[in-house]
Amino acid sequence: MVDTILPLVLTGAVAKRRGKRLIGPIDAEIGPVGFTIVMGPNGSGKTTLLRLMHGLQRLAEGTVDWQGTQIDVQKRQAYVFQNPIMLRRSVKENLSYPLSLRGVSKSSATKTVNDWAGRIHLDRALEQDAMMLSGGEKQKLALARALIQKPDVLFLDEPCANLDGRATREIEELLLETSRAGTRIVMATHDMGQARRLATDVMFMLQGNLHEFGAAKQFFAQPETPQARAFLNGDIIE
Amino acid sequence: MMRIVLSAILLVFAWGSASRAEQMKLAVTTSFHNSGLADILLPAILRDTGLDVQLLVVGTGQALRLGRAGDVDAILVHSRADEVEFVARGYGTYRREIMYNDFVFVGPASDPAAIGAAKNATQVMHALALAKLPFVSRGDDSGTHKKELSLWRAAGLDHTEFGAWYRAVGAGMGAALNTGSAMNAYLLSDRASWQNFRNKGDLAILSAGDPALINQYAYIPVNPDLHGHIKANRAARLEIWLTSDSAKTLINDYKISGMTMFTFNARSAD
Amino acid sequence: MSPKPGQVDRAGLVHAMSDIFEGLKAAFWLLVALDRDLVEITLRSLQVSLSALVIASAIGLPFGTWLAIRRFRHRRTAIAVMNALMGLPPVVVGLVVYMLFSRTGPFGVFGLLFTPAAMIIAQVIIITPLIASIAHQSMRELWADYHDLLISLNTGHWQRIRTLMWDGRRALLTASLAGFGRAIGEVGAIMIVGGNIDHATRVLTTAIALETGKGDFALALGLGCVLIGLAIVVNLAIHRLSRTERDGRW
Repeated sequence: MVDTILPLVLTGAVAKRRGKRLIGPIDAEIGPVGFTIVMGPNGSGKTTLLRLMHGLQRLAEGTVDWQGTQIDVQKRQAYVFQNPIMLRRSVKENLSYPLSLRGVSKSSATKTVNDWAGRIHLDRALEQDAMMLSGGEKQKLALARALIQKPDVLFLDEPCANLDGRATREIEELLLETSRAGTRIVMATHDMGQARRLATDVMFMLQGNLHEFGAAKQFFAQPETPQARAFLNGDIIE
Repeated sequence: MMRIVLSAILLVFAWGSASRAEQMKLAVTTSFHNSGLADILLPAILRDTGLDVQLLVVGTGQALRLGRAGDVDAILVHSRADEVEFVARGYGTYRREIMYNDFVFVGPASDPAAIGAAKNATQVMHALALAKLPFVSRGDDSGTHKKELSLWRAAGLDHTEFGAWYRAVGAGMGAALNTGSAMNAYLLSDRASWQNFRNKGDLAILSAGDPALINQYAYIPVNPDLHGHIKANRAARLEIWLTSDSAKTLINDYKISGMTMFTFNARSAD
Repeated sequence: MSPKPGQVDRAGLVHAMSDIFEGLKAAFWLLVALDRDLVEITLRSLQVSLSALVIASAIGLPFGTWLAIRRFRHRRTAIAVMNALMGLPPVVVGLVVYMLFSRTGPFGVFGLLFTPAAMIIAQVIIITPLIASIAHQSMRELWADYHDLLISLNTGHWQRIRTLMWDGRRALLTASLAGFGRAIGEVGAIMIVGGNIDHATRVLTTAIALETGKGDFALALGLGCVLIGLAIVVNLAIHRLSRTERDGRW
């Protein structure tokens, strides 16, 4: 096993649906450390980019290269969806599911599961049906279920889009903690404030292309292109 | 999951092969079975010979097919020409007559076709063809069906030229009687089935007694030379019992509503 | 004679009503007396249909689930064929099984014709497509929900099938019970391959056919009531055992 599956290198990567280009060609390198925020207007291809990197979206042209064997690479990333997908099981079983897939025994999983339930304040709802949770609770559970796998890389697609302030703050705290512990995070968001609070670097998508990609400080202070400047100013761009 | 399935299968097969007494399979006609005589004979056979005779109740045509395929050990049917051919082709070892009853003409009690006045079966057939009132035919290649066809032929009539009043239902005796009862139709039935039938409605026996209406039952063991698995020994023991005095008494004494149903007439084999 | 149009056949109506009443009375007395023959054929009905249910579920449920998650070239054709097989006429199935297991047929040596085993085989053939098809319908919906997550979690095919089957177990139970309903009420196939032999292969449905043939409608109807009652009891029992009533969902 190599130390890290990063850097991730995209070379001329294109995604298509029924022959029509969705995004690309994209050239980018995601280095071993940092908190990358993917920004851009609706329909610019943020979600497709994340799915392409994670392997949920089929690559039409170009390459997406990770370091290490394919099995290893797949096992060491996790993904949190915009609308959390809950297994029709209890909170506890949702948390233990990824562990059971890896053959972790029930007894040794229990402690890990209880720890994580405590961290997301669901320790008193362990036996509750996950489908019955509130939107914020569901997303926290989805995040914990991703982190319980101890991924090297975590992708998140607008995880706080439908959440209130308090749930958003809890998730952000958890993400910063995770980032500090060494997990590489790539997250799409619409929320400019959230981007400024979390990002170390920014990918700015526009019309299916990676329009700008650089350090967050630089991007927010002095964007290179007029489109990015307009986007940061809150103008409507397409 | 697999373990449940496997044990279920094992259970089923264990149960299927659980032997009680010595079993053998006998194909009989619906008319024989509907008479209720089997319910008297089978327990006596079990008691006297230790044979558990399993009855397959089918039409004569299918009974002959079952015997030919070796799916039963013996057959008890009532269609002489077919039986003779069956034996001649080597499917059965020989045919042995056991008993007889008779066929009766059944129809609406008011008898609009006036078959009650007919002197013999031929006159009945003519009266029916003339009246063109609903007539239900078994139409299932059974012994009763074949008897009916031979009666039309003997009267010089061709049933294929009859109109809509001639209704071939393609069903067993009971189902045909149910249909006849619902349509208030004429039909030919063996006496025992009729007597035991519970849904007579407006129907009644209108004509009977012609010697042509005799219904002879014969027993034919399936040829063990053709099928190694045939229980010839058990079939032979059943035959001995069927032609014995105890069988004679039971058959001759069997009555439904005070009426004798069968006459025992076993002789030596043809 | 049949009544003239527009005229109510009162005598016929009264007759039919009394038949039904006699049937209910017969059912009542059969149950109260716990008639030995009735118990025997009821247990055999249960045994044959439950065995067929277990085997057909073991085949149909995973197969339906597999069809829902697996993309392959002739998938649409396979689904269309499976849905068409749902409507297999039992009589035809009975005839084919009969010919296969007749002494002159390819499987004649097993001597299974006119045994409960042959009846189970026929019923498995009849209800497996039904169970697989209903399972496929509900598993397809669940798979649409789970698709992204299970791919993201890097699950193998077998893990996906197991996850879907476990989380969709209530829907699968419904599929199985639909199969049981078809099996327990089926008469055409088991009449042919079982032969309706007293104390060997007679079950409730073939007994009903027999009594109807004898014109004993009251007894036939009584047996029919027992059959319906049995189906209800089995459904309730399975639901109770699987504790699907415990939580309000579904």
